[in-house]
Amino acid sequence: MTAAAAFFYLFASLAVASGFMVIAARNPVTSVLFLILAFVNAAGLFVMMGAEFLAMILVVVYVGAVAVLFLFVVMMLDVDFAALRQGFQRYLPIGGLIGAIFLIELLLVVGTWTIDPGLVQAPLGRAAHGETATNTEALGRVLYTDYVYAFQIAGLILLVAMIGAIVLTLRERTGVKRQNISVQNARTQTMAVDTIKVPSRQGVEV
Amino acid sequence: MTFWEVLGTVLLIALKSFVLLAALLVFIAYALLADRKIWAAVQLRRGPNVVGPWGLFQSFADLLKFVLKEPVIPAGANKAIYLLAPLVFAMLALASWAVIPLADGWAIADINVGITYIFAISSLGVYGVIMGGWASNSKYAFLGALRSAAQMISYEVSLGFVIICVLLCAGSLNLSRIVMAQDTALGLFGWYWLWLFPMFGVFFVSALAETNRPPFDLPEAESELVAGYMVEYSSTPYLLFMLGEYVAIMTMCALGTVLFLGGWLSPIPFVPFTWVPGVIWFALKASFLFFMIAMVKAMVPRYRYDQLMRLGWKVFLPLSLISVVVVAFVLKLTGLAPGA
Repeated sequence: MTAAAAFFYLFASLAVASGFMVIAARNPVTSVLFLILAFVNAAGLFVMMGAEFLAMILVVVYVGAVAVLFLFVVMMLDVDFAALRQGFQRYLPIGGLIGAIFLIELLLVVGTWTIDPGLVQAPLGRAAHGETATNTEALGRVLYTDYVYAFQIAGLILLVAMIGAIVLTLRERTGVKRQNISVQNARTQTMAVDTIKVPSRQGVEV
Repeated sequence: MTFWEVLGTVLLIALKSFVLLAALLVFIAYALLADRKIWAAVQLRRGPNVVGPWGLFQSFADLLKFVLKEPVIPAGANKAIYLLAPLVFAMLALASWAVIPLADGWAIADINVGITYIFAISSLGVYGVIMGGWASNSKYAFLGALRSAAQMISYEVSLGFVIICVLLCAGSLNLSRIVMAQDTALGLFGWYWLWLFPMFGVFFVSALAETNRPPFDLPEAESELVAGYMVEYSSTPYLLFMLGEYVAIMTMCALGTVLFLGGWLSPIPFVPFTWVPGVIWFALKASFLFFMIAMVKAMVPRYRYDQLMRLGWKVFLPLSLISVVVVAFVLKLTGLAPGA
């Protein structure tokens, strides 16, 4: 039990500290790197709670893919954070308000849980499929069997969003040569080469 | 559990990890030598043959050379990130080995989500590359890092779908169980390389691209980018990048062994062959995959960058996506699905 507590405090304090460094760091790239550290520590906390599948997916999706793209953009855009900080005083009330709302909501959730544990249902997979099911199995059954229609609808919405993003950024540029592999492979010698007998002293018209 | 029991467990894990680390590093030292020897043999050269008999100590001489050199840090570099990058790269590459079962029960951590753990850790390897490329404050290094990151992310997608195909057949994310699921009376014909053959090919090529090996070594492309993201590195930091790269290659070989070549199982499932310890079969299979990777390096010319992206997104992604659907349908219709 003490080992579990020690690891919890390790991950939790590192997550909070790196979360603070995300907004405190001067260099935007350092900020993003601390954000990644925060993600990894959150994954550690998930493992501590027995949600190992969620932890790994957090690392694969957020750290391995989303944060990489984020890092790309920050590195290439050369964001000047000093300029962004200019309006700090002006935006403080709004930022503070949003922070306060989040804090109150969190307190409400945790408070409800403490006052009436029965109000928040037990984890769905465990309840429906027995305590023995592993994490991955339980999640899979809930997502792909119990709530398959909701899952499919979510997938459709994401598909529409993806197509929308592609349509918004797609532009046909004229005058650009593109390589078409199948056309290249379909070419034969007879299509590409013409053998002409050139009459002496007369030449040919090309 | 008392304090002493906890301490004992921790010490045991530390000892196991140390033994595995030592064995892995020695194995990689010789894999590196084998890589150079195979490459040389294809080109009718002798390869390294001066240090020790047949050049057997070449890798150790290289190690000493790198360690004893002076580390040069560029003046405009971000010092902390510059030194952190190779450490992150090498450490993450080594961390994947914690879950790989070398023989029955021979894994340091036999966790339920073993395959997702490896997938997660290997997707983090890209940070070492990006951090190194950016912190060097050099345009060649940065271009190399950008190319490498785009390449690694692209091929991770198809690699993920290939892994899903295997998971559908095995019915578990645990690497040991995936190996057990291939344990049939058919021996080597019961392993997944045959049943999921196109996926084995996709896995192999994606592994090459994921580890930045030729023919997909565009991040390091000597002709254009000198040495890509590691151009500014020297001495031990460079050594760590090099080591991390080879460890990642060995990880891919080990992963291919577990997923497609039946891990520690004997290829011929009766007596004289089943007496051979599993770890020897495992090492032989991983070495075979490494030999294939080395041969590819020697024989195949480098891809152009747009061809690489086309292969990843327009060929492998649809192919692996379709095969996930096909495998799932076949398993469902034939009733072969595990746990159905």
